[in-house]
Amino acid sequence: MQTTTPIFKTNHVERETKLHAVAMEVPIVDIQNLNVSARKTQILKNINIIIPKNSITVLLGPSGCGKTTLLKCLNRLTDLYSDLHLTGSIKIDGDDILNTKIDITHIRQKMGLLLQKPYPLPMSIYENIAYGLRLKGIRKRSVISEKVEKHLKEVALWDEVKDRLKSSAQKLSIGQQQRLCLARGLAVEPEIILADEPTSALDPISSRVIEEEFLKLRNDYTIIHVTHILRQARRLADYVVFMYYGEIVEYGPADEIFETPKPDILKEYMKVGH
Amino acid sequence: MVLSRRLVDNLSSKWMLSCLIFCLLLPLAIGTGLVLKSFPLFTNHPLGSLIFSSNWSPSDGQFGFWPFILGSLWVTIIAIIICIPLCLLAAIYLTQFAPGWMLKFMRPVIDILAGIPSVVYGVWGLLVIVPFVGDKLAPYFGVDSLGYSILAGGLVLAVMSIPYILNMLLEVFRQIPVELGEASLSLGATKWETIKHVFLRKGSSGIISAYGLGFSKALGETMAVLMVVGNVVQIPQSVFDAGYTLPALIANNYGEMMSIPSYDSALMFGALLLFVIILLINVIFRYIIYKSELI
Repeated sequence: MQTTTPIFKTNHVERETKLHAVAMEVPIVDIQNLNVSARKTQILKNINIIIPKNSITVLLGPSGCGKTTLLKCLNRLTDLYSDLHLTGSIKIDGDDILNTKIDITHIRQKMGLLLQKPYPLPMSIYENIAYGLRLKGIRKRSVISEKVEKHLKEVALWDEVKDRLKSSAQKLSIGQQQRLCLARGLAVEPEIILADEPTSALDPISSRVIEEEFLKLRNDYTIIHVTHILRQARRLADYVVFMYYGEIVEYGPADEIFETPKPDILKEYMKVGH
Repeated sequence: MVLSRRLVDNLSSKWMLSCLIFCLLLPLAIGTGLVLKSFPLFTNHPLGSLIFSSNWSPSDGQFGFWPFILGSLWVTIIAIIICIPLCLLAAIYLTQFAPGWMLKFMRPVIDILAGIPSVVYGVWGLLVIVPFVGDKLAPYFGVDSLGYSILAGGLVLAVMSIPYILNMLLEVFRQIPVELGEASLSLGATKWETIKHVFLRKGSSGIISAYGLGFSKALGETMAVLMVVGNVVQIPQSVFDAGYTLPALIANNYGEMMSIPSYDSALMFGALLLFVIILLINVIFRYIIYKSELI
């Protein structure tokens, strides 16, 4: 079996390669020697991972281990924090986004972002989705309406909101808001979905909707999902990256990692997590 | 022990309630007092002519407040128009673009500006703004002006209002969650698009209320305006004309010429007018905020 990536050990790859054989040859995200520091503290240490296309990669680890920072490096939201210093390289579709002349807005449009709490934009439900479309230069009303409907259906929100598209997005329930945020991200047609504990503020039912959505979306998108919930990681992950104190302790296909956890800290985490 | 804790608990809330009632009653009492005091004036002057007449000669028993109302509004509107872009852009820059130390540095600076007594601003206006308007601006526009003018009052008032409004705007922008910006940026918006479409909209009610409060405060400002506005009872034809504001009228004349019949109650009516105008403006701004929060 051919795998170009040495990081995933060959013996496990059987099931995964069936699904991802092609994808593995073209890694969508390739992070090399990424170091992130803020003033004197190092937040991320020597991160090296490859994230394959059309899969769910779960960044797992205790709070404060640098998962969110890693996620924000991927679409350079780290630019917002002037005291963060990044070195290394992050290649997305072959472009090194840390050292590139490509407009950052184009890079960001390759990625949809879903945060811990939903942050609907202060506009109507319709406008929340139309906003990203307009940023992409789509002006035609009929096209926008069509896409708004399509993406609201994609996240199973259409039936709930189709009669009040013009009303404020803030009036939706928090679960609906999170689905709206997902639809908003999908509307710019990204390749990657970055999800930072997107279910942590949601009730179990809304959480399940999001999870089911992710499992469906896996066929068309690459999902990078941050969580500290072990069971959620088990349900979703194709690949797991386990982080601890800014370092990657273990990574690989989910079933292998969960069957035979190697590092002690991961064993500990899994024991407590049960 | 248990009883006394409960007693203290009960008492504390009662105390707070009575403080609240006191605070609420105070403006009501002031309003009533003003109405009662200015009542004698109403007996021989219809309200309409008091407000809209511009004939002001107390010795003849003529009290037309229109020049004062216009003067006050002119000066305040000029001040707020100057403040709107200045404070908004400064607040956006400080919260969105400037490095953190700059905001930390600006806070005490703003507090110092806010703490300068208004008479000092007045003196500064006399020494700098009045000559600037009289010798530079007015000739530039081909107008004759001594410098003591509506414009000078507006400029001084603008400078005085900046720290007050800027402080509130900074608070508005600081309260917008970072994640909202991240959400917009991640959709491919530039920083400017994010500010324009997301932050300004999110902060709109706060921004409006900052200007609304600034407007009310500026309208009542007395000393500095009184020193530069000229204090001439006339309907200003241009911003280079001298004017007279309601607070200046009261401050200049209360306690003098009290032998003139009804003069006392006329000044009280001036205060009542100011009170009502500020109340009206507050209600209007509340309504705008209420409307903008619905979006």
